Amino acid sequence: MDSAPPAAPVPPEGPAAAASSATALARCATGIEALDAILAGGIPRGNMVLVAGSVGTGKTTLTLEFLIRGAERGERSLFLSVTEATSKLIQNVASFEFFRTSLLDDGALVMVDLPPIMAKLGFDRDELSHEDLDLLIRTIRDLVQSLGARRLVLDSITSLGYRIPRDEQLRDFLLRLGEILAEADCTSLVVSEISPEPGRYSARGVEEAIVDGIVLLRNTRRLGDILRVLQVVKMRGTPHSRALYVLELTPIGILLAPHLKGGRRVEE
Amino acid sequence: MGQADIGERLRALPSNSAVALKLDAREYADHYFAFLNATLRDLGSEPDVHTIYVAVTSPASFVWSLAQALDVPAGRLSFVDAISHLMMRFDDTLPNATYVESPRALEEIMLRIEYLLRRFPHPRPVVVIDSVNSLAIHNPPELLSEFLHILLNNLKGRPALTLVLETTDEQAASVEQLLNLVVDETIDVARLGG
Repeated sequence: MDSAPPAAPVPPEGPAAAASSATALARCATGIEALDAILAGGIPRGNMVLVAGSVGTGKTTLTLEFLIRGAERGERSLFLSVTEATSKLIQNVASFEFFRTSLLDDGALVMVDLPPIMAKLGFDRDELSHEDLDLLIRTIRDLVQSLGARRLVLDSITSLGYRIPRDEQLRDFLLRLGEILAEADCTSLVVSEISPEPGRYSARGVEEAIVDGIVLLRNTRRLGDILRVLQVVKMRGTPHSRALYVLELTPIGILLAPHLKGGRRVEE
Repeated sequence: MGQADIGERLRALPSNSAVALKLDAREYADHYFAFLNATLRDLGSEPDVHTIYVAVTSPASFVWSLAQALDVPAGRLSFVDAISHLMMRFDDTLPNATYVESPRALEEIMLRIEYLLRRFPHPRPVVVIDSVNSLAIHNPPELLSEFLHILLNNLKGRPALTLVLETTDEQAASVEQLLNLVVDETIDVARLGG
């Protein structure tokens, strides 16, 4: 139920590539046991990974577990929320048996609402300019550096993207974000909300080309039942399984089981 | 009644065994009760044993009422109930049960077993699948084969003792063949005089 066969190794490229030569084997264990098995030990350190999925597939829960497990291991973890108030998210994580409020009190886990910060920075227009995005990148960099954050989650790039009108701007923003986080040796998950149809990993279609990895969460149907499944579509710098796994959100964390094929009777 | 014999056979099994227990449909009630006595009460009351009962034939609440009659303590028994939701029995929930929406959600059954194994980390876990016949009603043979193959091999690796109930008279030949491929041993409750 927990193991995954590794696929062929993939050479590193992208934002983390420059920083990866010295730490080629360094991993950031997600703390989600089965996912780490799929990734042959975890996400290569400094990678920026897109966590893509439609509504209710467990994206935010997965990213929160990644941060909480990291904070437990002594890696300062930073959650940047664009979509949902962090106060509400904190209420939700309280149901996890592996979560302790002392992680927040001690500053091991830092939850930040981005909209008030953006308002303070004077981003009062609906659409962000090149200068605005530059300032936002520098603000995130300063936050990561001042905290010494080793893990970061941005939830979500889709919500932020509504204020980034051009695809080139979004691509440039993600490239630069990936670079500054890789330089800070900070492993990041970027949440992407997608529509349920298969074959898409982001709302705009540019995000998946920039990131180092893609973890796809979606619902699949079989014999009338809906199963929530996870697939690591790509992950630079590590061998990984590309198989589908059924995902369960439990109070002790995310659990994965192989998705059964059942001959040819599977509805996708 | 051969419940002592069943218990003796079960106690003699290595802790990483997967075993089919054949119950005769013509004497189902007697055989099933002998099985419950031997597993939930006798084996289940041994030190370090925690039983996870996967209820697909009858709701967990029904099995739990029988277990209570046998004085099985709640702390030693947990349920994965994969039938109550399908029967629209939403108001009959137990604190020691976790509910899966459908007996076709086989991966979720695996994951709930995994969850309970981690939640109650006893040295000698026992997993009861009740039953392969009920699972076969809801699942095509290929899917059921794959499920049992993966589940039983994983449970052996824990290690956990897995008991799969099968009722013989209504048994499709393909399911029996499949069980023979994945279990280490078959205990015929009828032959033990249960």
